[in-house]
Amino acid sequence: MGELLHIILFYSFAAVLLGAALGVILSRNPVHGVMFLVLAFFQSAMLWMLAEAEFLAIVLVLVYVGAVMVLFLFVVMMLDINVESVRKGFARYAPLGVGVALLMAFELAQLIWLRSSGVVGSGSFAETAEGYSNTKALGSVLYTEYVYAFEIAAVILLLAIVAAITLTMRKRPGLKVQDIGKQVSVRSKDRLRVVKMDAESKE
Amino acid sequence: MIEIVTGLWDALPPLVQYLTVVLSKILLVSIAVILTVAFSTYFERKVIGSMQARVGPNRVGPLGLLQPFADVIKLLIKEVVVPTKSNKFLFVIAPLLTLVPALAAWAVIPMNDWFVIADINAGLLYVLALTSLGVYGVILAGWATNSKYAFLGAMRSAAQIVAYEIAMGFALVGVLMAGGSLNLGDIVAAQSGGFSNWFLIPLLPLFLVYWISGVAETNRAPFDVAEGESEIVAGFHVEYSGVAFALFFLAEYANMVLISGLTAIFFLGGWASPFEGIGFLQQWGDIPLIGWIFSGGFPWLFLKIAFFMYTFFWMRATFPRYRYDQIMRLGWKVFIPITIIWIAVEGVMAWMHIGPWSGLTI
Repeated sequence: MGELLHIILFYSFAAVLLGAALGVILSRNPVHGVMFLVLAFFQSAMLWMLAEAEFLAIVLVLVYVGAVMVLFLFVVMMLDINVESVRKGFARYAPLGVGVALLMAFELAQLIWLRSSGVVGSGSFAETAEGYSNTKALGSVLYTEYVYAFEIAAVILLLAIVAAITLTMRKRPGLKVQDIGKQVSVRSKDRLRVVKMDAESKE
Repeated sequence: MIEIVTGLWDALPPLVQYLTVVLSKILLVSIAVILTVAFSTYFERKVIGSMQARVGPNRVGPLGLLQPFADVIKLLIKEVVVPTKSNKFLFVIAPLLTLVPALAAWAVIPMNDWFVIADINAGLLYVLALTSLGVYGVILAGWATNSKYAFLGAMRSAAQIVAYEIAMGFALVGVLMAGGSLNLGDIVAAQSGGFSNWFLIPLLPLFLVYWISGVAETNRAPFDVAEGESEIVAGFHVEYSGVAFALFFLAEYANMVLISGLTAIFFLGGWASPFEGIGFLQQWGDIPLIGWIFSGGFPWLFLKIAFFMYTFFWMRATFPRYRYDQIMRLGWKVFIPITIIWIAVEGVMAWMHIGPWSGLTI
């Protein structure tokens, strides 16, 4: 019963995933394409959930769907895409696309062949014990055995952020900026001068 | 009679039994959330009315209590106008995309020590993931409407939500360090033992950051630039009418209740009673109707949520709207550094074995 349900869920998620992936490349409207990509991420998260990798599944949704794709959508929405000019490049880039597709198909076939020949693994995941936490298992390896690789990856990402910000930071002349600290700490005597003078007569 | 019912129940296959239990729990929670939303609109109007020395709704039903239902019926029978040049599919699906995450996040919220729909390990991550999805509805609504005002509202809202989500996530890192778990029930259990054990005290900066970011995430005043009436009419939902508008409204208030509930669970001990640590009060915990005051239970969670909802309305009646660049400055330059510093402080304190977090062992 459970096994059957598992299989049914796997194939339905996989089918929707493939459909969404096709939708990404076939839809003419870029916003629709982004939404199909979101659906594809969701379905892959569901597949990971079926493999009992709940941490990876939720983080996929959190990072890719919740943050990366929002920024994608943000950029794509502001594009005014001219379909005609996009079509023009199609013939030029088609050989490259076909090459990449063939390479990926070859790699996939190799992996399937390797799996079925029984050289590595048995093709299925080991059953996990009751109370097993994917998050804890991942964390205990990530922060002990692979801590250097993890930290180096973090530093590289930080470097990318700093570089991107430095590239876009430029001082424009005549830019008016408020310094909020200054605004808050201003006192009346800095701005206002009270002048004492005698009353003047009309003449 | 009871035997017949239990006999029928046992005759059902286990899958059907399981589905019945889960679906009825879901139905119960959804109806409760929707009713809370309905009455919080009434609550809001009464609170703001009294703060502005007005009466608030008092015509429909006793004390105006039926006003929310009158509003819902009005919205349901209004026509839904779909703008001619809009993207129809996305226009219709956008309100649903805001509402679904707001309701789905309730799946992992523990109401008391035994009632929770899904008691999952990574509950905190699930909540973070789902609250980050609400922004899609707003962005798509703004884009699909094909109107400048809606588009500007969507742009503002997207930038704001992405900015405050980071501060929110970091604040929750502090909570999970103190609680030693990602499971919301375990986080509440780690705060048991009275008011002094609540994370409110050791994590006060994170509490403030989380709560204010929560207000910003729900696009409520004073962070409601996404629908700033004086500049862009009504922001992303300017072209929505009738039921479609009602769904946005429902989602906004459901998100407010959700953020209130999460703040109560993460920092105010959820359903736990503040009197737990006091010895002589414990013997009263078994008194039938008022025992929950001393031993904790769902009413405490409800009271804490009601308090935060009141704060939402209080802020709306009190503060002027933030200017857009000030919102961005607050999110990126104030909140994120505060959370990062406090996580470091917390780590050092736990490492030196100072502080209340016993669950954290280094």
